[in-house]
Amino acid sequence: MKKILGILGLLLVICFVTALNSDSFMKPGNISNLASRTGLYGILGIGVAFVIITGGIDLSVGSIVGLTGTMLPWLLVKKGWSLTSVLGLIALVSVCIGLLHGLLVTRLKLQPFLVTLCGLLIYRGAARYLTDDLNQGFGTGHTELRELTTGPMGSMSSLLTVVGAVLTMWLLARWLRTRTGPFMAGGLRAVSRSWIATLRGLRSRAGFVAGLKRCPAWLQSRALLVGLVSSTLVLVVGGVTWLTGRTLLAEVPVPMPFWVLVALALVSGLLLNETVFGRHLLATGRNEQAARFSGVRTGLIITVAYVLCAVLAGLGGVLFTLDANGVQPSQLGQFYELYAIAAAVLGGCSLRGGEGSILGIVIGTAVLRLLYNAFNLLGIPYSVEYAVMGTVILLGVLADEVIRRIVAKRRRASG
Amino acid sequence: MTEPLLEAHGIGKRFPGVRALHRVDLHVAPGEVLGLVGENGAGKSTLMKILAGIERPDEGELRWRGESTPIESPRAASSLGIALIHQELNLADNLDVAGNLYLGREPRRFGLLDRQRLEADARRVLTRIGVPFGPGTPITELSVGQRQLVEIARALAADAQVLIMDEPTSSLSTNESERLFEVIRELSNRGVSIVYISHRLGEVIDLADRVTVLRDGERVAELVGDEIERGRMIHCMVGRELDSFYASRPHALGQVALEVEELRTEAHPQHAVSFTVRAGERVGLAGLVGAGRSEVLRALFGIDAPRSGSVRVTGRELSLGKPRNAIAAGLALVPEDRQGQGLILTANLRDNIGLASLARRSRLGFVRRPLEDALARRQQTSLRIKAPGPDQLAGNLSGGNQQKVVVAKWLALEPRVLLLDEPTRGVDVGAKHEIYEMISRLAENGVAILFVSSEMEEILGLADRVLVMHEGRLTGELGREELAESAVLQLATGGQEAATR
Repeated sequence: MKKILGILGLLLVICFVTALNSDSFMKPGNISNLASRTGLYGILGIGVAFVIITGGIDLSVGSIVGLTGTMLPWLLVKKGWSLTSVLGLIALVSVCIGLLHGLLVTRLKLQPFLVTLCGLLIYRGAARYLTDDLNQGFGTGHTELRELTTGPMGSMSSLLTVVGAVLTMWLLARWLRTRTGPFMAGGLRAVSRSWIATLRGLRSRAGFVAGLKRCPAWLQSRALLVGLVSSTLVLVVGGVTWLTGRTLLAEVPVPMPFWVLVALALVSGLLLNETVFGRHLLATGRNEQAARFSGVRTGLIITVAYVLCAVLAGLGGVLFTLDANGVQPSQLGQFYELYAIAAAVLGGCSLRGGEGSILGIVIGTAVLRLLYNAFNLLGIPYSVEYAVMGTVILLGVLADEVIRRIVAKRRRASG
Repeated sequence: MTEPLLEAHGIGKRFPGVRALHRVDLHVAPGEVLGLVGENGAGKSTLMKILAGIERPDEGELRWRGESTPIESPRAASSLGIALIHQELNLADNLDVAGNLYLGREPRRFGLLDRQRLEADARRVLTRIGVPFGPGTPITELSVGQRQLVEIARALAADAQVLIMDEPTSSLSTNESERLFEVIRELSNRGVSIVYISHRLGEVIDLADRVTVLRDGERVAELVGDEIERGRMIHCMVGRELDSFYASRPHALGQVALEVEELRTEAHPQHAVSFTVRAGERVGLAGLVGAGRSEVLRALFGIDAPRSGSVRVTGRELSLGKPRNAIAAGLALVPEDRQGQGLILTANLRDNIGLASLARRSRLGFVRRPLEDALARRQQTSLRIKAPGPDQLAGNLSGGNQQKVVVAKWLALEPRVLLLDEPTRGVDVGAKHEIYEMISRLAENGVAILFVSSEMEEILGLADRVLVMHEGRLTGELGREELAESAVLQLATGGQEAATR
């Protein structure tokens, strides 16, 4: 929770600084482009997060992007396969790669770093060999297909409305079973009470506590309360700007990849937090032995995590290619695994495993993309890009560690 | 009475969530053998670590020969002349005896190792305690008992005047123990003070001039001369009479719940183990450390696949090698290593308690949070887990409460057979009693209990029947009426198997 607020703060600071120094930053075109990039890279980040949560690592993400991204135009255009069979094969290849990683790690107990490092080399080599290292592209054909990534759908307002509505319903439905009275009335009461508590909390701490006491029993947790207030806030802002058609939010078109990311984030969040699989995944990451001693099929869980990662990387590869229209087999996806890992770590995943939030990863990806965008707009030379990105990530992780220690110390002192 | 050599006054020490020591006083005179007894978790080890400079006290004062002396590091302790001999031996296997005796303090000439002086010095120390091996003997050729003597020799080589021995006989044979006692008596005659920590009260009675009893981090008694007697010590240690402490209530037994036939584990493939446990029966598995008891439990629960053998749970064949199958058959295991295997320390109570039974509290793969929450709250109340609420992290609980969380996790599945490995290790006395209560209550409700314990009192007090293992073999079985410490010990050390038949 605190981690997410921290990274969100970082995001806003970078936005603010860039907007002050560049006129083009707040243009709808730029924001839409930024969203598209965040969508594409975010898919990879969510994928690798599943593996990082198990305490493993996947270095082959970028090469899988390269392989599947090359396969799509190569098979479709050069080999003349049908779209369904190409996508089917890509899905199959991704699943097999993930299975291979997972089984090597869980059955043969090889180190994830090594297994996926070899994967990084093998899949890149395969992509280059299959295509004779020649550029692949769609040319002028397959425009409907390319609409999938280039085409906008709705405005930022409509996206916010949808997301806000889904999250609000989810939070309310999560505790539906304990509800008293009719759902609509109960829901409205919960929402209004949580808002009153938050608004009073802005003035004084005591006000918040008093407001919290008046909330229904199931809302007595701060995380839930904050979640409900922010999701309804998103809903209201989105709805109002959508209906009036004013403000920047209503003008910015939302590109397809961002919709994909949002949908994926919702599903992944549900999977991680609300399902037996997600609980078992977190338990395995926190203490694999204890999970095994509790009857969790840790081998299966870890293997599934690698499969999810490879499949999302495969999906990413397809979308990246469609977005760019052409690919160089030796270039597409290079370093993407590092962006994905960096986004996951910025977003609160611990490389020790057992920790991670989907929202954090999405915001982490956005921060990285924003930095990249800021370099463009502010005219900072590209050569320094990696150095700055590395520094920002290091500072983020350092700040997190320092805060963690201070909190731990304070808790020990008071306990 | 001579002036004390080492004194501790009002020592206090806290760890997160636990008060390990509270205003403890202790003193040793030159040449005195001080027995230090107390249940696990009473604070003995912490106190010893403080005397040896490994831990720093939060409050209190240490005095050496009457002068206030802070002992800030193990180095400081050893330069004063205090040596701690650990439960687990700390010898370098790749060196010989002499090398170990002077490890880190080797005599040097021109910066090089002075091998001759090393050997001569080592020989002198070894003759002092009269051992049958020379300074050049490799450590790997020595038995555990002989290694223990090397540890003592090492302390003497460092000119130690206070020797602190933590459970020195826990893995010694009877002969080796006898030899150790002779050495201790001789050292004491020469003016070396000994602090002797042991669960084996018989040894303490034999050796100690004075006994200090700790309970829950406090010094509860100081016994001298005739007061050093078993019943009295136990009474002080547990704070109540033994029988009520172990919550033993006779009740009728049911059908055979667990049937183990010719089970061979990887650790001891040459010996097959067969036994049964009936519903409602509490069977203790006794033996020395390394006798293969934990391995049997692990094999039953499917953690390690056994070499061969078959297991039936309530008459049905159990397919071994997978914890899931064991759980489905109604088995549950409270493992030996609570923090590594039993709990997820970085997860909260709710997640820990719910972990094994998540599938039961879900629909279409989705966890039903209200049910999960209700389970955690119910278990917290019924097992009296002391925590602010289900959001508390397991790592912030005391040992006893952590153990209750592990048990709570399994009780959520209503097991037929409960396996427990050292169920009260590192648990304070109060929680210990509650755990015994709980085990007995489960037995009364028809759960078959099989527990491994290295604490003799626990075996004698809790079990309806005791199986004893020695080096992978079942060496005997003792019913309630035959139960006696000596009989268990004899079987556990491999002696006179036939005598009990």
